[in-house]
Amino acid sequence: MEFEAGKIRSEIRAFIVDSYLLGDESVKFSDSDSFMSCGIMDSMGILELVAFLEQHFGVTVTDDEMLPTNLDSVESLVSFIRSKSNC
Amino acid sequence: MCGIAGYFQLEGTRPPDKDLIVKMISLIRHRGPDEFGAFLDNKCVLGHARLSIIDLSTGQQPLCNEDETVWIAFNGEIFNYVELRPVLEGLGHRFRTHSDTEVIVHAYEQWDRECVQHFNGQFSFAIYDMNKRTLFIARDRMGKRPLFYTVQNGRFYFASEIKALFADHSIKRELDAEGLDQVFTWWTCAPPKTAFGGIAELESGSYMEISEIGISTARYWSMEYPDHYDDSRSVGSWAEEVHALLVDSIRLRLRADVPVGVYLSGGLDSSAIASLVRSFTSNPLESFSIVFGDSAFDESSNQRLMAKQLGTTHHQVQCNYEDIAACFPNVIWHTERPILRTAPAPMYLLSRLVNDAGFKVVLTGEGSDEIFGGYDIFKETKIRYFWSKNPNSRSRPLLLKRLYPTLPLSKVRFNYFLEEFYKEGLTETDRYYFSHIPRIKATSRIKDFYDADFKSKSAASDSMNAFAHMLPLRFAQWHHVSRAQFIEAKSLLSGYLLSSQGDRMAAANAVEGRYPFLDHRVIELATRIPPHYKLFGLKEKWVLKKAMHGALPEAILKRPKQPYMAPDSRCFTQKQAPGYVKELLSEEKVKEAGVFNPTMVGKLHEKCLRQSQGQMSFRDNMAFMGILSTQMLVDQFIEKFNEREIHRVTNFNVWRDFTTICNGHETTKN
Repeated sequence: MEFEAGKIRSEIRAFIVDSYLLGDESVKFSDSDSFMSCGIMDSMGILELVAFLEQHFGVTVTDDEMLPTNLDSVESLVSFIRSKSNC
Repeated sequence: MCGIAGYFQLEGTRPPDKDLIVKMISLIRHRGPDEFGAFLDNKCVLGHARLSIIDLSTGQQPLCNEDETVWIAFNGEIFNYVELRPVLEGLGHRFRTHSDTEVIVHAYEQWDRECVQHFNGQFSFAIYDMNKRTLFIARDRMGKRPLFYTVQNGRFYFASEIKALFADHSIKRELDAEGLDQVFTWWTCAPPKTAFGGIAELESGSYMEISEIGISTARYWSMEYPDHYDDSRSVGSWAEEVHALLVDSIRLRLRADVPVGVYLSGGLDSSAIASLVRSFTSNPLESFSIVFGDSAFDESSNQRLMAKQLGTTHHQVQCNYEDIAACFPNVIWHTERPILRTAPAPMYLLSRLVNDAGFKVVLTGEGSDEIFGGYDIFKETKIRYFWSKNPNSRSRPLLLKRLYPTLPLSKVRFNYFLEEFYKEGLTETDRYYFSHIPRIKATSRIKDFYDADFKSKSAASDSMNAFAHMLPLRFAQWHHVSRAQFIEAKSLLSGYLLSSQGDRMAAANAVEGRYPFLDHRVIELATRIPPHYKLFGLKEKWVLKKAMHGALPEAILKRPKQPYMAPDSRCFTQKQAPGYVKELLSEEKVKEAGVFNPTMVGKLHEKCLRQSQGQMSFRDNMAFMGILSTQMLVDQFIEKFNEREIHRVTNFNVWRDFTTICNGHETTKN
């Protein structure tokens, strides 16, 4: 199954706004902003994010893949999901 | 434990409000259900609810000096009253009772305000001096017993708990934006701030003199660390002194005319106390513990191990999610401020168990972690300080991993996330709160939920600097871990552990906690011990473990420290959650309270319900608890306070009314 980048991006952003910002759309974050540095999520929040990715996109995230380069911004998530779905 | 309340007429005189003092005392009768008393004249009114512990037959209050010109209402204990009495008698004072209360009165006559320097104890009291026409109020060094006040209607009102001040309906009941913002930064308010506007708390180690001329406050004691340490002594020599002083502290704290029990958490501190008690008394010893249904929090196997080794009669109270949710309204009625964890709730159930078992007094281990360096925050400080010297180092932050060997995340590569968390404020080592930056940052995330109006109201709070006015002169010269210990003692220990989780939960069930580690002689000794003997590398409480070596099972001495915690939001999101949760978090109620954003609260509640079985993030858990407790506070203290049924005290065993009797006093039983 292949995902289209724009769709992934908007779904991830919707999840972040809904689950971490709890609907507060006044908080602005760019696609490259680090979730941790911006205070959008804490380390426990990362697990929540992984659960969402697995459920929503049907991918499996291994321990080795739990790295900031894969998970810490919208941009990195989009390419991570795309790379997973291409395999 | 007792409760005190009353007021002082700031200008001239007025007939006393008898009905008011009855109501004030009725609202805090849980603190001392054994006897009630009041003193009234046209200048001052003192009320007292007594939990009889020392001098059961003649220790009633309010109580006075020889010529009845100095009157006192007192909550707490002066443990060295036995030693002080002959000193005062030698100076010509005559005693009528055998109570510690009377020692305060004569000590005040003798040494005036400086009497507090002579006391070893846990106390808050109010002394009305008819000669000087002053009211003198004081609080113990660490803030074990509470004292609140407000100046309104030309009166200075004071009480052990805020609810007694609200007995006067002319006193406004409203939230204080700055006080709340402090709670959502530090877990507690910095005195004199409280969660309520216009209501103040007397800082620990301080006193206050109130007269027609004005009100003056002074700090008489503070934790002080040296700039430099005596490195010539071995750890063994320090450990010996710690042991000897702890034994003496416990000896004083066993003074009571009723039996004294012990809390057993299963950790080092309470085990040390229980074992020292056992080693020099032959009395039967009874111990009390919490057993959690959720195994993630349970320490009952270690509790049983200690109870068995010491041969105590052991009592346990089972604590499940629904027990916490069921007692939560009572818990907030007693904390009188929002809380960010449920941890006080099991302590409330534990004191109820103690009360049910017929006990009034328990020894407990609070304070050891602060003075001997037991908490992770001190290790974090050490690592962060070391890391800050070379912020780009890749190896220094790896030490952080050693802090959380048991965290569920340790299996995954979460180093980066841990590093990001602790990197916050890494270069700000000269800030007085450097040690607390990661915790403050994590706590402050609840502020994301503020409603826009509240956000602007609290914007000027400067909560980060809330404790800056308490810093001793040489604070900046202290060792970085000592600075962290001072801040921890002034903030979390005094304002939360001894208060919301300590005095308030015990007093709710007429139980008095006593703290052997917080004898000021033990604290002063601990401040002189070099930091590396407290935190040896990253081994916590090293000198205390040395002091207790041989007296405790290896399993207790060697086990990694388990912080006392209780299950949080999930207690309120189970299928059988009490109805108040949904009501208090409803859009309408949240809007009315005016602190949090109703839409965000709704979404958070839904999210918590969805994840009620899973692992909630720290932010969401803490936010949920902070919001629910704030909503509960508003509901109980602002909206429904006047509807609350007050069980009025009718049997004042001591009623001294100087407005109708001109010569001497009269005691009436009514």
